[in-house]
Amino acid sequence: MTQAEIKLCSLLLQEHFGEIVEKIGVHLIRTGSQPLRVIAHDTGTSLDQVKKALCVLIQHNLVSYQVHKRGVVEYEAQCSRVLRMLRYPRYIYTTKTLYSDTGELIVEELLLNGKLTMSAVVKKVADRLTETMEDGKTMDYAEVSNTFVRLADTHFVQRCPSVPTTENSDPGPPPPAPTLVINEKDMYLVPKLSLIGKGKRRRSSDEDAAGEPKAKRPKHTTDNKEPIPDDGIYWQANLDRFHQHFRDQAIVSAVANRMDQTSSEIVRTMLRMSEITTSSSAPFTQPLSSNEIFRSLPVGYNISKQVLDQYLTLLADDPLEFVGKSGDSGGGMYVISILTTCHLLSSFLSRFGSRCARIFRLVLQKKHLEQKQVEDFAMIPAKEAKDMLYKMLSENFMSLQEIPKTPDHAPSRTFYLYTVNILSAARMLLHRCYKSIANLIERRQFETKENKRLLEKSQRVEAIIASMQATGAEEAQLQEIEEMITAPERQQLETLKRNVNKLDASEIQVDETIFLLESYIECTMKRQ
Amino acid sequence: MAGNKGRGRAAYTFNIEAVGFSKGEKLPDVVLKPPPLFPDTDYKPVPLKTGEGEEYMLALKQELRETMKRMPYFIETPEERQDIERYSKRYMKVYKEEWIPDWRRLPREMMPRNKCKKAGPKPKKAKDAGKGTSLTNTADVLKKIEELEKRDDGEKSDEENEDKEGSKEKSKEGDDDDDDDAAEQEEYDEEEQEEENDYINSYFEDGDDFGADSDDNMDEATY
Repeated sequence: MTQAEIKLCSLLLQEHFGEIVEKIGVHLIRTGSQPLRVIAHDTGTSLDQVKKALCVLIQHNLVSYQVHKRGVVEYEAQCSRVLRMLRYPRYIYTTKTLYSDTGELIVEELLLNGKLTMSAVVKKVADRLTETMEDGKTMDYAEVSNTFVRLADTHFVQRCPSVPTTENSDPGPPPPAPTLVINEKDMYLVPKLSLIGKGKRRRSSDEDAAGEPKAKRPKHTTDNKEPIPDDGIYWQANLDRFHQHFRDQAIVSAVANRMDQTSSEIVRTMLRMSEITTSSSAPFTQPLSSNEIFRSLPVGYNISKQVLDQYLTLLADDPLEFVGKSGDSGGGMYVISILTTCHLLSSFLSRFGSRCARIFRLVLQKKHLEQKQVEDFAMIPAKEAKDMLYKMLSENFMSLQEIPKTPDHAPSRTFYLYTVNILSAARMLLHRCYKSIANLIERRQFETKENKRLLEKSQRVEAIIASMQATGAEEAQLQEIEEMITAPERQQLETLKRNVNKLDASEIQVDETIFLLESYIECTMKRQ
Repeated sequence: MAGNKGRGRAAYTFNIEAVGFSKGEKLPDVVLKPPPLFPDTDYKPVPLKTGEGEEYMLALKQELRETMKRMPYFIETPEERQDIERYSKRYMKVYKEEWIPDWRRLPREMMPRNKCKKAGPKPKKAKDAGKGTSLTNTADVLKKIEELEKRDDGEKSDEENEDKEGSKEKSKEGDDDDDDDAAEQEEYDEEEQEEENDYINSYFEDGDDFGADSDDNMDEATY
């Protein structure tokens, strides 16, 4: 794991779980697999705290354990999974667009808690939804369960590996750690639960309705008097499926950009049909006949079969090979990743200037170019071209290929060709992205810390105003309280808010870039 | 590879013109220090995308950040005692739910060792009567003293009292209706508080987990 990744992981863990968990997590990422005692010893934290931290990390699928010989259990951290935490808002938003608020809350609860049983999820979501509804209405469990089942059917949530149930007790002592197994078939099998009930509204302590039981405080736990029917069956969000969805979205939008809306719809249909049949990392989708496509086109797109065929031919002939004729269809993964990477790299290079981008695209297209040729083709004055080439070279976006004319490799008699190696350029860019996100997070934390006093003050004032409004205060009094925050302070708060928003938004967008780059690198490595 | 360093005159082994400097031109200075920390960029970065989706994700992100801090998974670092006990601190405590992991899914060594198994039902009752008062603490501790013989009881009860008063993040609000899952929860709480002292707690415990535990290599005194 590179330093930049480790730094980013440390920042993320600290923000979400606190410093103790961060220390343990980063230590595990750095040093690989380790047993409990060594962790405690190396990080200098007490055994008890290490245990707590590890429990939290395991719950959130960030750390896994393995039993080695002699009964030693070793813990290993998954760095890439930690980096996924950046993408949580995107996952949740995607679910919202697909399955509306109920789905969104389900996924949110699963992401926040790591893993949950279905009944727990349904209960929490129903409670939350009930609170947002108007008085008197409550959310039925059945509706939430339905959405949950739909999510499971489309593989957005999956079951966690569970403890194998053994009928007979082991003759020897139980193993030091359970080995969790999961059956492929069972991964999306929803247990037959009949969850009857409605969401409960959480009342504030002032209005304590007589009938409502008092256990509605934040500290209230589930009624564990009744046995939980699906005990032991935990669910987690299936991040790979989300990634597949993002990929499909990128493909469809790329097609739409290149051609028109209709062809993008066709591609989308093809992708949707092969959603579940293709595994998420396959380079090509299953072959689909045009008849099938025709049948599955969404209603409202009443184009005739002929037109569809025309479109397909158009797609197939496109030099970027979105679709391949007969045989396999949909060069999905591979080509689109290249396409998006190109877009990315050129937009990044717009930082260096549009001319640089031109040169870059040129070299990419022609594969190898000599310096003179670069100047000629790009129509850029020699001096500038050289300058840019060397700048890109120093940043490792380009590389030089030597072709000696003479066996002694004399520099004056050797061709030096510029070439672009996308894979290494992508990796470099990815590394930069990690660094930039780490910087963004740090800056945001810095800004917040600087103005901590002011923020606290404004929070207090807001609380006072709210409570006064609840008890019905006059306008004049409210004015007075509001003036506790002076105008320049207000200004400062505004600026702070704007900055923090900007930083957050940048984080989200850099994360999109990271996603594209990572999936490109992943699928390129697979093909080799 | 010494080559001909040129008698007094630099001669390049390659065609200098190819690199871009005409013959005889002054070469740029050698850079002797690291590049500036915030170099000027000639071109402004591309503006951020804005749209309904992006705004929603932004709000979501900030909300998630806040929510995470309130979850039981966020383990706070125990602060050292401040010199002045601030009045406002008492009202700014965040109420957190306790979270018990599913022990069946975790390695056995993760479980806090149950020293209080014998004292199980009693501390539960004692705590229900109203937490935070030292009276119950001493009552609770006295019960334990009766059962566990080989300990330094005196210091222990003091430590426990101190810990219970000092720990502001533990579930200290007076909830009298906290009866159901109190047993495991209390044990877990007790464990955390007990472990905060330096005393070696794992003397002979009547054969409880002794020898089978993975902790038995610890440098504690065994006789």
